[in-house]
Amino acid sequence: MEHIVILGNGISGITAARHIRKRSDKKITVISAESDYFFSRTALMYVYMGHMKWDHLKPYEDWFWEKNRIDLKNGWVQQIDFSEKTLHFKNGDKLNYDKLILATGSIPNKFGWEGEDLNGVQGLVSKQDLELLEKNTKNCKKAVIIGGGLIGVELAEMLRTRNIEVTMLVREKAFWHSVLPFEDANMISEHIKSNGVDLRTVTELDKIIPDEHGKVSSIITKTGEQIDCQLVGLCAGVRPNIDFLKDSDLAINKGILVNSYLETNIPDVYAIGDCAEQQEAIDQRKPVEAVWYTGRMMGETLALTLTGEKSQYNPGNWFNSAKFFDIEYQTYGWVWPRPKENEQHFHWQHEDNTKAITISFDKKTKLFLGINSFGIRMRHEVLDRWLTEEREINYVLANLKQANFDPEFYARHEAKIFEGFKKNLQNA
Amino acid sequence: MSNIEHNMSITGDAPKSISTTQKIASAVGLSGLLILVLAIANFNFPNKSLFLSLSLGMISLGTVIFSVDAYWGKHAGIKNDGVWFKSLSGKGFWAWILGIGLTLFYVVLYWFPQYLGLNSEGANTGIIALFDPLSKFINGGPASQWFVYGSLYTVAIWIFGFKFILKYRHNRYEIIRTCSVMFFQLGFAFLIPEILARLNKPYFAPATIWPLNYDLFAGYRLDSFLSAGNLGVAMLIFGIVSIFVITPILTYKYGKRWYCSWVCGCGGLAETAGDPFRQLSDKSQKAWKIERWVIHSVLVFVTVMTIAVVYSYLGENSDRFWLTKDVFLWGSAGFLTLLFALIIIFKRDQIQKDAKYGAIGYLVVILAIIGINYFSGNWNIFFFPAYKLREWYGFLIGAAFSGVIGVGFYPIFGSRVWCRFGCPMAAILGMQQKLFSKFRITTNGGQCISCGNCSAYCEMGIDVRAYAQKGQNIVRSSCVGCGICSAVCPRGVLKLENGKTEGRINENEVLLGNDVDLLDLLNQKSN
Repeated sequence: MEHIVILGNGISGITAARHIRKRSDKKITVISAESDYFFSRTALMYVYMGHMKWDHLKPYEDWFWEKNRIDLKNGWVQQIDFSEKTLHFKNGDKLNYDKLILATGSIPNKFGWEGEDLNGVQGLVSKQDLELLEKNTKNCKKAVIIGGGLIGVELAEMLRTRNIEVTMLVREKAFWHSVLPFEDANMISEHIKSNGVDLRTVTELDKIIPDEHGKVSSIITKTGEQIDCQLVGLCAGVRPNIDFLKDSDLAINKGILVNSYLETNIPDVYAIGDCAEQQEAIDQRKPVEAVWYTGRMMGETLALTLTGEKSQYNPGNWFNSAKFFDIEYQTYGWVWPRPKENEQHFHWQHEDNTKAITISFDKKTKLFLGINSFGIRMRHEVLDRWLTEEREINYVLANLKQANFDPEFYARHEAKIFEGFKKNLQNA
Repeated sequence: MSNIEHNMSITGDAPKSISTTQKIASAVGLSGLLILVLAIANFNFPNKSLFLSLSLGMISLGTVIFSVDAYWGKHAGIKNDGVWFKSLSGKGFWAWILGIGLTLFYVVLYWFPQYLGLNSEGANTGIIALFDPLSKFINGGPASQWFVYGSLYTVAIWIFGFKFILKYRHNRYEIIRTCSVMFFQLGFAFLIPEILARLNKPYFAPATIWPLNYDLFAGYRLDSFLSAGNLGVAMLIFGIVSIFVITPILTYKYGKRWYCSWVCGCGGLAETAGDPFRQLSDKSQKAWKIERWVIHSVLVFVTVMTIAVVYSYLGENSDRFWLTKDVFLWGSAGFLTLLFALIIIFKRDQIQKDAKYGAIGYLVVILAIIGINYFSGNWNIFFFPAYKLREWYGFLIGAAFSGVIGVGFYPIFGSRVWCRFGCPMAAILGMQQKLFSKFRITTNGGQCISCGNCSAYCEMGIDVRAYAQKGQNIVRSSCVGCGICSAVCPRGVLKLENGKTEGRINENEVLLGNDVDLLDLLNQKSN
């Protein structure tokens, strides 16, 4: 029986394992040193905030794996011998594979800051990071978060539930402005501030200063300002977790290079999820996408290939979601932080500053390109269809009601949005 | 290394402590409660109206102040910080104390009302006497233990309903739904029956429908309806129409939520006072298997019991009715057989194998009991005299299950134990919701991140995430449509909807967003 070994039990690896099992009888082994069982990484914050316990993070009960004959192995792979098709573990164990799926995920970015390895300086990606955070915030009064991305705002929310003062350093002129158009980013920035976070825009970290015990005691910004703190959260993005593969025959760049079939340069070795880097650009996507959904899709696709249906990784229209404190965010299609040459943005914002939408469309053809929605839930299926059908902006706005996914009895805003758009056009 | 200076600080600690205002509010509320406890301990308050008002007033005021401090002035949004850290909501020490306290209260209420001050001869004493003025004001007579219970129950739904509304004030579905349960508790479950009593009419709570109201067809109730002229007959007819006509129509249109989380008193208490405990429900597959057997067994029990009770009533009063006991008995057997047959024939695709076996097994058991007893000429149909069967049901299900376990164990097993494992009304509505209803919880394409908030906060123990992460709509008989899964979802994945019945249950091979060639996939599957 063919033995498929999956390195990494995150969403990508586990999705691959589950779908391979659904479609075949192959022997499957999933390896992880992080946790015995698959858990939802995106929900780590809720354990720290007391919304859930660790066990709630596991989407499948523990008996699920044995019942579905998916072997789980807790171990740290130190080296891979691709010619012998053998994994070498830290404790000396060996494991042979017929097909190997690398799904090793991400680790936090570090940019060589002075003091970045001090006690009390950490990222938030893994189960171990969560445990470390629990330790690091034991008697913590003040924290500084470096970077304004999705993990950064989650960490800020987490720390605020424990009355820890939070200062957040953001390079752009508003939170996540590298992704969100300014008006969106600005609204979210104000919301973050209203939750008691000291958000410093256009501010970068220079170095981290230790106390006499080698623990962080303050940071200094590039403008020379010193901020006392007992915790530094490194949230300036993540990068593929591939350092242990550096001196092998595997072709790597930022991540493990794969073609559109998720194949690496070595036969029978595949890479999916955060650690994979597409050699050829897909649509307008980044070559490395550290997103839950894309990890899952790669797992689904590769499972097809490995069970006899060779499939290209072909993610459809881009979508994503997040939550910034109390404001939910969904996006469908492409809305760039600054409109490209042929593009125009239409922005509508509710007077309570917790709801907004930004729609991107083509200036000439009026083609609908994408939507950011804040505080209003949108129906994935409808927006996906409109993007595929290449609808025009007028059609989208006139039918926006169909795309609404808010709970029953919620106030509706489509009329106001439509009106705002008409006014906007007259002014333009 | 010295940490002494840090120990003075509260920062960095998990959010499990409560604010000073909340402590004062708790003290006010507990003082109000203390008056009730003193009354139970037979302390004879001089001015009962004053002290009763004081007690209920302080309990309410304490809860209101607590809620305002906890939620008002903060951003509207999900407020679950520290739920699992707090002793009361996280199955800690105080949860056990509260659970034991509530359980004891129920035991006394059901079986030892004399300790509450109910005296078979002479005036009330104790806590029941404390409620006499209110009882006289509303129904004209002295209070009973049930009047005390009903009053406290209604107060609880109102004050904790207020708290719930503040907590979920960003969610209009939750606000409207909570106003509805508050209204139905006060009007339909509490005031209408009391006012009927004042007018010397039969006891009738219009929103408590058979079989939840298992006594509706008991002999003494039938007598009281039939001796009360047109109004009594109207009540009886309304009772029958409620379960056989109104319930199926509303459940078809809106799912069982119209009753379980909008009207029902048990649901009302669970949704309001029970809200801090909703996350305690067991989500394991094992619990789900137990649930299905237990709840349907209760339904069988109540059906058999009711048939027996009516049968023996008709037997004892054969001269008064056109309906003979035999016609009734075989009519019931025929009706049940037909119902089962139609479901199994027309809905066979939607019923799991074990459910089919269970259903057929139960039907055979019911028909066998009827047959054996009938043909053996046994006057005591169902082996026991009917009144014994009703007594046992009342003791086991009506009191022990729905009261002692159902509410007493809120802080340990969660707030919907009765609704999930025991309520026969929920079982009927659930079967219909699963098979003939427009209601479902829609999942939003590929947006689920499997975080598990929906499952954690489902009071019915449904593993909502298991469906959401597959992009499958949730069509489950136990779902009471409280809407909290949708509220706590951080990515906008879940929506309660009534829609077309086609495509209500959907299966996806691959989730939306991944454009693998689905046609190829399907072809390959069918080959």
